[in-house]
Amino acid sequence: MVAVFLTLVLVLSIFLGFELISKVPSTLHTPLMSGSNAISGITLVGAIASLNLGHDTMGLVLGTAAVVLATINVVGGYVVTDRMLGMFKKKDGGKS
Amino acid sequence: MNFSLAINFTYILSAALFIFGLKMLSSPATARKGNFVSAIGMLLAIVVTLLSQGLDYKYILIGMAIGSLIGVVAAKRVAMTAMPEMVAIFNGFGGGASLLLAWFEYHGTDTSGEPSSLFTSIVMLLTIFIGGVTFSGSMIAYGKLSEKISSAPFLFSGQHIVNALILIASLTLGILFVMDPAQGNLYFLILIGVALVFGIMSVIPIGGADMPVVISLLNSYSGLAACAAGFVITNNILIVAGALVGASGIILTNIMCKAMNRSLANVLFSGFGSPTASGGKGSEQQGEVKPASAEDVYYILEAADSVTFVPGYGLAVAQAQHQVRELAEILESNGTECTFAIHPVAGRMPGHMNVLLAEANVPYDQLIEMDDINPIMDTVDVAVIIGANDVVNPAALDDESSPIYGMPIIEVHRAKTVIVLKRSMNPGFAGIQNALFFNDNTRMFFGDAKASITGLIAEFKEGS
Repeated sequence: MVAVFLTLVLVLSIFLGFELISKVPSTLHTPLMSGSNAISGITLVGAIASLNLGHDTMGLVLGTAAVVLATINVVGGYVVTDRMLGMFKKKDGGKS
Repeated sequence: MNFSLAINFTYILSAALFIFGLKMLSSPATARKGNFVSAIGMLLAIVVTLLSQGLDYKYILIGMAIGSLIGVVAAKRVAMTAMPEMVAIFNGFGGGASLLLAWFEYHGTDTSGEPSSLFTSIVMLLTIFIGGVTFSGSMIAYGKLSEKISSAPFLFSGQHIVNALILIASLTLGILFVMDPAQGNLYFLILIGVALVFGIMSVIPIGGADMPVVISLLNSYSGLAACAAGFVITNNILIVAGALVGASGIILTNIMCKAMNRSLANVLFSGFGSPTASGGKGSEQQGEVKPASAEDVYYILEAADSVTFVPGYGLAVAQAQHQVRELAEILESNGTECTFAIHPVAGRMPGHMNVLLAEANVPYDQLIEMDDINPIMDTVDVAVIIGANDVVNPAALDDESSPIYGMPIIEVHRAKTVIVLKRSMNPGFAGIQNALFFNDNTRMFFGDAKASITGLIAEFKEGS
């Protein structure tokens, strides 16, 4: 039953994703990509939740490496997206 | 138990924030806030997860500290022209993290001796396969984009057969593993290796010009990997977030393919720039080109009421964004309306050219999409083409023998006057001759884009 429920969540999310993303103008496709990239670092949450006490060395290495890679993805993704979006200015507003 | 319920409700809130954040990305005015909203959603999910019991904080915090440091430094230092490489490598890390998470989970069940269910075994394999392909594929894409390895398509005979064999091998390994996960350690490890090889094999035959498609696709994979990892650990937020990213990557892939008039299969299975592009024999209508000097161009621009710049990646290569923006400002103060028409595949990743121009302080309301400029092209006085070639080649509209026939273009040939900034008469990237250069209303302004535009600015300063 859990599998069915999770698949339902998956299917609904995909439809929602298509709806949302098709409204993003091509001007913003690069920030969209780096921003969604940061979201895909959500694996970090899974890695944290799984890294509980009592793992052997191999487990710790795998778990910690997963945390490192996912954190790079999350932090780097959001920071660089913010940096990029900060450059998009309207004509009158942002005279540098 | 109650606490884990609270965690799961918080995940729903996070998912809502991701969705809201993506929605705000639909306009440049709200996009930055949207990214912030999405980041808050992520922070919330991370913090609430850290509150669960029995975690090994030492390793989690060490891992997060290292990751944050690398992430921030990389994000702050990257040049905007290097954005495609950056996104490629981040994609790879996302896929790698999902791969490691599934491996970690498998290792956990393997040592505890508690066999995983059939469903869990299958999604575990899917995660390591998608994650592995994303990781190694992205590393190759990174290498190609940063020119650490040759960006030319790497092709050898029997490539398709090798790839088919790899897929059959993965499937066999997968079945062997699923039949007896407890004894499948070796199969599992080999499958990781096979997935990594497959990632390399699928990106290496793809040429540099097709990289926008590949990064979009890998972006989608990284989301799907996270999604599959969510199934492994039955975690909703991973599934929702992963699916959003997966859908976004697929849409971008589709847009890129349409803009290049190619099917995804065509991009993935045939190297572009190789023999396919040798066509276009119908390019005998050479005729005379009409070169123009900086002074000629100055008079044309000075008299124009509306000017549309059409930048290609050549502009970024010449690092002339700032000069073009300065020229546009001078023209605007002269009473000329300036816009920038941007083809969807300008640059090396979707929307790349917009970012490069935004970095040079071009306001985003001057950035016009192809579909919005074409209907009003007849009213444009002067179209200035800088470092673009194939995306303005009218052969795409009327020459059925041309390799780019059918590709949507910015129809500058309908503008009253066209000025083409070009280094020399060498044909463009795809080796296709461009009839636009020989049109009556076209003037060729030869030279390095940056130097040419600097010269124009000087003319304007003298003239005023």
